[in-house]
Amino acid sequence: MTYIIEGQTGDWEVVVGLEVHAQIASKAKLFSGSATEFGARPNTQVSLVDAAMPGMLPVINEYCVEQAVKTGLGLKARINLESVFERKNYFYADLPQGYQISQYLKPVVGEGVVVIALPGAAPREVGIERLHMEQDAGKSLHDQDPRRTYVDLNRSGVALMEIVSKPDLRSPEEAGFFVRKIRSIVRYLGTCDGNMEQGSMRADVNVSVRKVGETGYRTRAEIKNVNSIRFIMETIEHEAERQVEVYETGGEVVQETRLYDADLGLTRSMRAKEFAHDYRYFPDPDLLPLVLSQEYVDTIAATLPELPDDKNARFISDYGLSPYDAGVLVAERETAEYFETVARGRDAKQAANWVTGNLFGALNKKGLTITASPVSAENLGALLDLMADDTISGRIAKDVFEQMMDTGKAPGAIVEEKGLKQITDTGPIEEAVDRVIAGNPDQARQYRDGNGKTLGWFMGQVMKATGGKANPKLVNQILRAKLRE
Amino acid sequence: MTMLTGLTIAQARDGLDKGDFSAEELAGAHIEAVERVRHLNAFITETPELALDAARASDARRAAGGALGAMDGIPIAIKDLFCTEGVLTTAGSHILDGFVPPYESTVTANLKAGGAVMLGKTNLDEFAMGSSNMTSYYGPVINPWKAADGKHRVPGGSSGGSAAAVAARAALGAIGTDTGGSIRQPGAFTGTVGMKPTYGRCSRWGVVAFASSLDQPGPMTRTVRDAAIMLQAMAGFDAKDSTSAPRDLPDFEGALASGVKGMRIGIPNEYRMDGTPKEVENLWRKGIQWFKDMGAETVDVSLPHTKYALPTYYIVAPAEASSNLARYDGVRYGLRVPGDSLDDQYELTRAEGFGDEVRRRVMIGTYVLSAGYYDAYYLKAQKVRTLIAQDFRNAFEDVDVLLTPTTPSAAFVIGEKMDDPIAMYLNDIFTVPASMAGLPAISVPAGLSRDGLPLGLHLIAPAFDEITLFRAAAALEEAADFTARPGETGE
Repeated sequence: MTYIIEGQTGDWEVVVGLEVHAQIASKAKLFSGSATEFGARPNTQVSLVDAAMPGMLPVINEYCVEQAVKTGLGLKARINLESVFERKNYFYADLPQGYQISQYLKPVVGEGVVVIALPGAAPREVGIERLHMEQDAGKSLHDQDPRRTYVDLNRSGVALMEIVSKPDLRSPEEAGFFVRKIRSIVRYLGTCDGNMEQGSMRADVNVSVRKVGETGYRTRAEIKNVNSIRFIMETIEHEAERQVEVYETGGEVVQETRLYDADLGLTRSMRAKEFAHDYRYFPDPDLLPLVLSQEYVDTIAATLPELPDDKNARFISDYGLSPYDAGVLVAERETAEYFETVARGRDAKQAANWVTGNLFGALNKKGLTITASPVSAENLGALLDLMADDTISGRIAKDVFEQMMDTGKAPGAIVEEKGLKQITDTGPIEEAVDRVIAGNPDQARQYRDGNGKTLGWFMGQVMKATGGKANPKLVNQILRAKLRE
Repeated sequence: MTMLTGLTIAQARDGLDKGDFSAEELAGAHIEAVERVRHLNAFITETPELALDAARASDARRAAGGALGAMDGIPIAIKDLFCTEGVLTTAGSHILDGFVPPYESTVTANLKAGGAVMLGKTNLDEFAMGSSNMTSYYGPVINPWKAADGKHRVPGGSSGGSAAAVAARAALGAIGTDTGGSIRQPGAFTGTVGMKPTYGRCSRWGVVAFASSLDQPGPMTRTVRDAAIMLQAMAGFDAKDSTSAPRDLPDFEGALASGVKGMRIGIPNEYRMDGTPKEVENLWRKGIQWFKDMGAETVDVSLPHTKYALPTYYIVAPAEASSNLARYDGVRYGLRVPGDSLDDQYELTRAEGFGDEVRRRVMIGTYVLSAGYYDAYYLKAQKVRTLIAQDFRNAFEDVDVLLTPTTPSAAFVIGEKMDDPIAMYLNDIFTVPASMAGLPAISVPAGLSRDGLPLGLHLIAPAFDEITLFRAAAALEEAADFTARPGETGE
């Protein structure tokens, strides 16, 4: 499934590398004790350190370090036992210190690898270059006043992980799957909530193009601060097309920072002057090098939860699921847990079908996530049990499920309340069968003349007559016997 | 009351304990002295009411028989680089106009918790950048010592106000900060004891930053014992400063009487520099003899990278300063000069708010960190810095403490060297190496120049071995028997 841009001069491919900024799920900031809650009133979560008052000093938040290491382990990456915080110097109104504390030459996490599996393609490894910790800046609000800019420092100092991929991605789809995979991993680990709408995750997208067959890389453009997977995919598409056009009209792509305009569906160059920074990185003398022991890393490794890839493999081998179903079920930790609760001690295939089919469909319709599902995993399991022991038929089960979705009640209670229990006594079924045959002599004759299709019609009639409650298997048996009489 | 201002901290402590006088009387005497020497311009902000309140509170604690701090009732001066809650803090700069911190630095909080009484905030070179106190936005400080020519001398810098206040008997002690010699050099110029602890001994939290990897608060007093008493009250691990040392404090004062018999005193060859005035060399020679007479052994040692210390310092310190001072942007506090755009506002505010020397160092620092220059300057300087530190470690395998002059000359005339930054920077030639290595060092007044101005001798000890430093300093002090007094005091 190669992604090719057909140009005037030949076929082009796109080369993409991503820098994913993931906010560390921490109650406190990276170097101060301030809260990090989303949506708080402006400038209510700002300490003296965040406001860069004279003489204030940063102190590393150990919890954030643990989350970064955990994420590094989740990316199967090398953990650097010594890393260094540096200062990235530039002036801006929402950067009170006049520098951002970040990791530059010595990040806490080195090279790793993430596996992405596109539908219909073999799983592919995408290289991770590094992961480093850094502070977020504050927010400049330009739309509050026609003349003035307001500054909200609530985000100032919030801990971010920047996860940098190698330029291994070759299509918008791959980039989308990569971000989904990163999000899935950090959510499994609990190190970032992955919430792109609230800005907890965003990406800088590096795009270049080259002729198919070329081995080197051409000049790339960096599209900053893209905040949804859809936009990431769109921006790659548009930027790649723009670059092909530049080359094919005899131009050169310049290395620059661009912004994605989702409304117009194009990328725009940010003014070069404004962003031609020399950041003058140097080790922050207020902070000692971050030194971790191997035991510390090992302890974190020992508490790592099962990650999506491992879970995926286990679902396929233990439950006999198709790779597709397994992939869908492990994408979110909550879904996987839900599924396992349903599947435990039951028909796993059937459980998977119900979760990915009926449940997902119903949740979608209601716009709910699985954690907010009115039907608990326990109740869905109980519904499968009612089918397994012939208390209800599959058809009735669908009705019961709908009512469970609406009321949140347990399936047993609904079956009881509504009298949906399956009829398994042969007496009432025989009665109904007799009645239907007696009322439809023509159709009965057709069956006897060898038109087997009429059996289905009779089944429907009998089920209708019993309000759908008759055990279909018994109806079938009895019908065949009686029609032959 | 004049007698009270002539006491040492140790004597004042005993007097308070015995009830010879009250903390209020002691504070009152010093408040008067501060007023009497106001023309020296040693203080930027005087806080007499706060001092009296603190002194009365101390007297009340004493009367109640409650636990007393190590500095209870002792009036001291605070370099205006320390943030003091509710009291104007200027760093000697126009750019911090009207800045009243809502927080108290750890060191001043420790001192206050120890019962110390703050008389006021002392003058300093702007952002502690200088060796003369001439770069202060609040004007120069006049050295209370007078030479025969009658010309005013500088008190040294950057802690010039603190040094002048202590020398002029306007405070029993003071605190300063030392980045490349800013405590020790003014100590030498004013005939006082200036002590720079090991980097990490005293918290930098709440101290307006100049060069973070070098800045270190320390005591400025009239005796070595007083320095030990003050350091005990100032120092200690602080979780709010990541570079603060998680070590217990030894009993500094308790070490003083141990003497130096058998101690090995290193004399670094490289500190014998061309152009050093005879009187400085002679004093150094005298110091060596004193130690020999006291039963110590003096040993020639080599610190081969000494000559690189000053140039290296003038790369590292400005580099850090250029970044540390980026926060003074007119956005949140201090001076703001409005402009047509944000960049405009930055430029106007910083151009008006910073003086020449600060701007010079911000520019040097920005330059040495710039792309294309970083490796040649900053990175190289850091490598040299590790070599300088290694020199000292090697020397300390053989000796216990090093003895050198503190400064290449006595206090110079106000206004001199102002047009020659290099000549000004050379003032710190003997103090900078220990700063680069983070080592504890002390200047002890040891004699007078031909002009009758004080000269200091300088001791350097291994990291966190302030005990040895104080032992040697106490012995040196006794041998030097420096009893001269400045011409102008508040008495």
